[in-house]
Amino acid sequence: MRARAHVGPGRREARAWSGERGAAGMGEFKVHRVRFFNYVPSGIRCVAYNNQSNRLAVSRTDGTVEIYNLSANYFQEKFFPGHESRATEALCWTEGQRLFSAGLNGEIVEYDLQALNVKYAMDAFGGPIWSMTASPSGSQLLVGCEDGSVKLFQITPDKIQFERNFDRQKSRILSLSWHPSGTHIAAGSIDYISVFDVKSGSAIHKMIVDRQYMGVSKRKCIVWGVAFLSDGTVISVDSAGKVQFWDSATGTLVKSHPIANADVLSIAVADQEDSFVVGTAEGTVFHFQLVSVTSNSSEKQWVRTKPFQHHTHDVRTVAHSPTALISGGTDTHLVIRPLMEKVEVKNYDAALRKITFPHRCLISCSKKRQLLLFQFAHHLELWRLGSTVATGKNGDILPLSKNADHLLHLKTKGPENIICSCISSCGSWIAYSTASRFFLYRLNYEHDNISLKRVSKMPAFLRSALQILFSEDSKKLFVASNQGSLHVIQLLEGSFKHLHAFQPQSGTVEAMCLLAVSPDGNWLAASGTSAGVHVYNVKQLKLHCTVPAYNFPVTALAIAPNTNNLVIAHSDQQVFEYSIPDKQYTEWSRAVQKQGFHHLWLQRDTPITHIGFHSKRPMHILLHDAYMFCIIDKSLPLPNDKTLLYNPLPPTSESDVVRRRTAHAFKISKIYKPLLFMELLDEGTLVAVERPLDDIIAQLPPPIKKKKFGT
Amino acid sequence: MGEEASVRVVRCGGSELNFRRAVFSADSKYIFCVSGDFIKVYSTATEECVHILHGHRNLVTGIQLNPNNHLQLYSCSLDGTIKLWDYIDGILIKTFIVGCKLHALFILTRAEDSVFVTVNKEEPDVFQLVSVKLPKSSSQEVEAKELSFVLDYINQSPKCIAFGNEAEYVAAVRDFYLSVYFFKKKTTSRFTLSSSKNKKHARNNFTCVACHPKEDCIASGHMDGKIRLWRNFNDDKKYIYTCLHWHHDMVMDLAFSVTGTSLLSGGRESVLVEWRDAMEKNKEFLPRLGATIEHISVSPAGDLFCTSHSDNKIIVIHRNLEASAVIQGLVKDRSISTGLMIDPKTKALVLNGKPGHLQFYSLQSDKQLYNLDIIQQEYINDYGLIQIELTKAAFGCFGNWLATVEQRQEKETELELQMKLWMYNKKTQGFVLNTRINMPHEDHITALCFCNTEKSEHPTLVTASKDGHFKVWILTDDSDIYKNAVGWTCDFVGSYHKYQATNCCFSEDGSLLAVSFEEIVTIWDSETWELKCTFCHRAGKITRLCFGRLTCSKYLLGATENGILCCWNLLSCALEWSAKLNVRVMEPDPNSENIAAISQSSVGSDLFVFKPSEPRPLYIQKNISREEVQWGVFVPRDVPESFTSEAYQWLNRSQFYFLTKSQSLLTFSTKSPEEKLTPTSKQLLAEESLPTTPFYFILGKHRQQQGEKFNETSENELVQLPLTENIPAISELLHTPAHVLPSATFLCSMLINSLLLSKETKSAEEIPDDVDMEEEKESDDSDEENDFTEEVQDTNNTDLGVDIHQLSKSEEKELRKFRKIDYSWVAAL
Repeated sequence: MRARAHVGPGRREARAWSGERGAAGMGEFKVHRVRFFNYVPSGIRCVAYNNQSNRLAVSRTDGTVEIYNLSANYFQEKFFPGHESRATEALCWTEGQRLFSAGLNGEIVEYDLQALNVKYAMDAFGGPIWSMTASPSGSQLLVGCEDGSVKLFQITPDKIQFERNFDRQKSRILSLSWHPSGTHIAAGSIDYISVFDVKSGSAIHKMIVDRQYMGVSKRKCIVWGVAFLSDGTVISVDSAGKVQFWDSATGTLVKSHPIANADVLSIAVADQEDSFVVGTAEGTVFHFQLVSVTSNSSEKQWVRTKPFQHHTHDVRTVAHSPTALISGGTDTHLVIRPLMEKVEVKNYDAALRKITFPHRCLISCSKKRQLLLFQFAHHLELWRLGSTVATGKNGDILPLSKNADHLLHLKTKGPENIICSCISSCGSWIAYSTASRFFLYRLNYEHDNISLKRVSKMPAFLRSALQILFSEDSKKLFVASNQGSLHVIQLLEGSFKHLHAFQPQSGTVEAMCLLAVSPDGNWLAASGTSAGVHVYNVKQLKLHCTVPAYNFPVTALAIAPNTNNLVIAHSDQQVFEYSIPDKQYTEWSRAVQKQGFHHLWLQRDTPITHIGFHSKRPMHILLHDAYMFCIIDKSLPLPNDKTLLYNPLPPTSESDVVRRRTAHAFKISKIYKPLLFMELLDEGTLVAVERPLDDIIAQLPPPIKKKKFGT
Repeated sequence: MGEEASVRVVRCGGSELNFRRAVFSADSKYIFCVSGDFIKVYSTATEECVHILHGHRNLVTGIQLNPNNHLQLYSCSLDGTIKLWDYIDGILIKTFIVGCKLHALFILTRAEDSVFVTVNKEEPDVFQLVSVKLPKSSSQEVEAKELSFVLDYINQSPKCIAFGNEAEYVAAVRDFYLSVYFFKKKTTSRFTLSSSKNKKHARNNFTCVACHPKEDCIASGHMDGKIRLWRNFNDDKKYIYTCLHWHHDMVMDLAFSVTGTSLLSGGRESVLVEWRDAMEKNKEFLPRLGATIEHISVSPAGDLFCTSHSDNKIIVIHRNLEASAVIQGLVKDRSISTGLMIDPKTKALVLNGKPGHLQFYSLQSDKQLYNLDIIQQEYINDYGLIQIELTKAAFGCFGNWLATVEQRQEKETELELQMKLWMYNKKTQGFVLNTRINMPHEDHITALCFCNTEKSEHPTLVTASKDGHFKVWILTDDSDIYKNAVGWTCDFVGSYHKYQATNCCFSEDGSLLAVSFEEIVTIWDSETWELKCTFCHRAGKITRLCFGRLTCSKYLLGATENGILCCWNLLSCALEWSAKLNVRVMEPDPNSENIAAISQSSVGSDLFVFKPSEPRPLYIQKNISREEVQWGVFVPRDVPESFTSEAYQWLNRSQFYFLTKSQSLLTFSTKSPEEKLTPTSKQLLAEESLPTTPFYFILGKHRQQQGEKFNETSENELVQLPLTENIPAISELLHTPAHVLPSATFLCSMLINSLLLSKETKSAEEIPDDVDMEEEKESDDSDEENDFTEEVQDTNNTDLGVDIHQLSKSEEKELRKFRKIDYSWVAAL
């Protein structure tokens, strides 16, 4: 692992935050601007939209499946860690919001959305599975396999059951689509599309796709996607760059739209069947709409309307929600493009979104030793920050006297991805977990040498964890397991002791995803995806109270030192402050709720992923999302909608009166983006971890070269 | 010709053919295009101009086929009239007087009695689309003042208005918005494109619009080269558009094919693009059309397209995108630097044409004969590119040689010059490149001239340049041993005190060469290249230089930039006379001693024609043009005119053409405007070629006689006039083409009634004198006139017009009785 050359590793910068010295008191910080977190998200393979719950399931090429809640500002509320052998090729929702995936290992997997683990995996015995689709009623599952077979599965309440095979085709079935009535299916294969009768299971039509494209004969024409409309039209997209309309009753080609010079990889049709969207390997997404030919006739035609170029690489998958077009591909972005004509009010929903980074922290830091622990899919990296002796003015870039060190590269064993990781504040403990194993390491520092020792004999109940947290004094370890229970473990030199397990409330199996511990170690707050935040008394090992449940999921939690106020950020950008000793919201929080947040604050589209505090300034709350860092000064008045939210540093020439008038509680800095992690190391030092998008793109395979006019 | 009308300046052809979209006839046999005040009818097969429809008194701004009768054509003009034409015969049928300036014309099939025109409001750039109700009337000139407003604040150009799908709506674009007016709902929807200053949207302006013939789809062209296809535009919110982008520069025009399956677009790239099924990937091209496509039109039959180009050209293109015919007018795209020349062989006018070409333009037929590619390089149409310019050309040796000079100057110090000499090849009937001389001079060539004498065996060319030299080039045998390769080499280099050579000129017999060096004129012996003498008047640099001709060949004329015209006598080597005249153009007539000079003043340009021998001008015409006249030329007439009047004698042998700064080609004519514009009333008369029908016998000659009388006596005219003019039935019959006449039953009673009621007049007595012979015959037949039909059949060659008058005179009573006879049998004819 090397640091990027153009940015000094652990470069220090002296830069004032948006506040000013003196009364307003933002203060100045030295900032470690870290750009050596070499994280590359894996490409998106499939997306599946569920209309009833308004949730989007996204699977990535490493097998990770993420669930986004579209109602909660597209917050990524759940995820299932990836697995090397579980390359997902298809993803679908069925009745009762059950999620299934199928992949090249030939298995159909059902996910448990409550406990956040894989419910079961079942081999379809047809070789790699390329496509899967649920019947319109949601009670049957159809998979298309490598051996050319189409298999029908019945979904039972707790499992799936093989029902029968359809007529076997010559080559692999790459795409499947049900007729909305459930009587027929269309299956896209190599060079042809088959239409099956569900009742008899026999192929009634075989529609040959033209291999030729613009006079060039390609070797094969792969039908990447099919869509069966209720009027019997089959829409196919293929590797020759065509979108074709077929009449399934006669098996004839009705219309052909050549749209790309490369493959058209994906198609998704709106529920009303009045529009559909296709994605191409050139990174373009095309929207097709059904438009009446003339205003007074009932005749309608499909028209290609808008092209969108939000991707640089293959658009592997698209989805069509009632109000938006969703696309994802190799360039790892999930793009949500709202349909302006469907959006009633021009608000937050009307904005284009690009989700690149996970909505959780992949980085933890040891304040005492100035260490950063980076979590990757299959390994951990431990870095020591650089240091400087130079001083400078505001905005200066300070030269490094000591470069950042890559101390440790910890590789996991087995095919599973790392779910979570943590380093203790003192830097001597590292813990991480995969879906089946929990690892705890003890680190010893002797001058520049580090020795690592695994703490063996982990108890059986600590098989996997969703979240790990060390207490501030590094004496205790808190583990949220996927059974819904919280374990408190006392750490001793080289060994540990299981102190207690907080069992989930009766009747719920919901997993806890977020943990926060108070600096004095007395309080532990834990939050699941939907229910409220539970606060436990660690001393007495019992549930202290539960913060009332809120409509939107919690994105970040933290307990303030001294006051033991719990600060909670939600996906709708609301921030609450709850006093744990008093078991009620604080005065400030009530005042905020009364006045409401600034409209621009509420319009931000990335969730707050981390909350911190300044040990010397109890009135400050530090929080950040991917595009901004904010210090909320509770002592200052709240901004109303008329004031400027992102107020720049007021010119020093202005009088104090003016400055005081314009100052408000929110000090926002947008210097660092995309900002993955920001934490206060000590009173005057911040560490900011950035991951420039260009660096990610540079690590991706080269996109299809397109001739650009004028170059 | 007894009395000559005064000499007038007239426009002579060369007007724009590309001003508006050309229109095809329904059978695609003809193509119509506006051309100045006229409408030209071309055959699509032969490229020949079949008819010129005269009649408008100002620029014709729009033409449309009559949708109810595809043999008729409507036109509108800035003179405020809409005219209906029979284009096959070239006859004006009707004139509707609207009154205000009309800028565009649209006619719909559905709205039978109204047309749409664009009119100007008070403000200069505000135009309205209004519908004009055309009243039904039999008279030839009808006032149509019933205007109803449709759309406001539209663009002047008809390209920016289009009527859609069976005239359910009309779309108009201007600046950044598209307005659609629905005729049924009577509502207007408006769609605005972002016009923000940021780079992406800065060139979103609409440039043209077209409507799909079958579907609710509007295509709009934009400044940035995009084409947008709008659909669902009856919904203000759910409207959608698709972008087609190939053009890199503004889309000049769009047209849908008749079935709507393909869309044609064109622009500055000079490539016609056919978008099939409105798909971005499905397009065909017809490249290398030569110049910017200004307009595209589609024939109603669907088999032909045509494009109008900025170089005054119309290309007829087959459905399979193959150019089939080119109608080329005078190219006026660029500045004329070669001046006007006459090709001695073809008598064609020669001047700069397309970029890098010389065009040969026939003045008689108003048609380009051919283009000679001089520069022979593909022209790249890009803004800001410095091109090779064809700057000078000259014919020599009776059209056997052509010299051309081209230059390209990228920077002050980098000049690329090339001189080419072309030989006329009798076999191919064209010019073939003989010699190419790179950098013939160090600096710009200011003049070149051939020595045009019959006896000289060596063709000689002289070039004068700013580098202070003049060079003499002669044709010599090349080093070829077979002596059949000839080429031009430099024979002599002359200079005078390092002054810049500005002009050069050979005397008529070729013995002397005059070269002006700034203020000084030097005379050289063309045999020995000896400097004979110099003239200097110290009146500024010499701008024009020419020798007198024929009897005046001893004179040398020079015009200076300080506005002095000098005449030197070569025999006495002294200044003969000088006059204060700011000469812009000085052209000698090759057939006479006359020299025409055009002077420029603040008011306009004046013409002076004089002989060098006397300082008093022969003829002066003040204010021939408002603008600056750039070039002029005498064109020898094929048949000399014989003006007796002294003032016009200079026009006997040659005609003088001149070109103004705005590139209108003008000439002098003595014909009265009435003669020039062939009177349409004359055309309306039944011609000899018409079949001899009974109606012809009744009315044809009768009217002709009247015409003759018209010329002879004025008092007769007064009485006679009401006779025919006031009978609506006759005028109706005559003025309406046969194919639009109502049924015979309807006409018959009306016609006969009108004839019978004609009154006795004085003129009737005089008529028999004129047609004595016929009268005699007539009297023989008069017995049988109780049967009308018999009479018509018998008297094949007699004039019934006379007969009728006789009847009315003698046996009126009997005729009254005749009226009561039932003649419904006529219907059976």
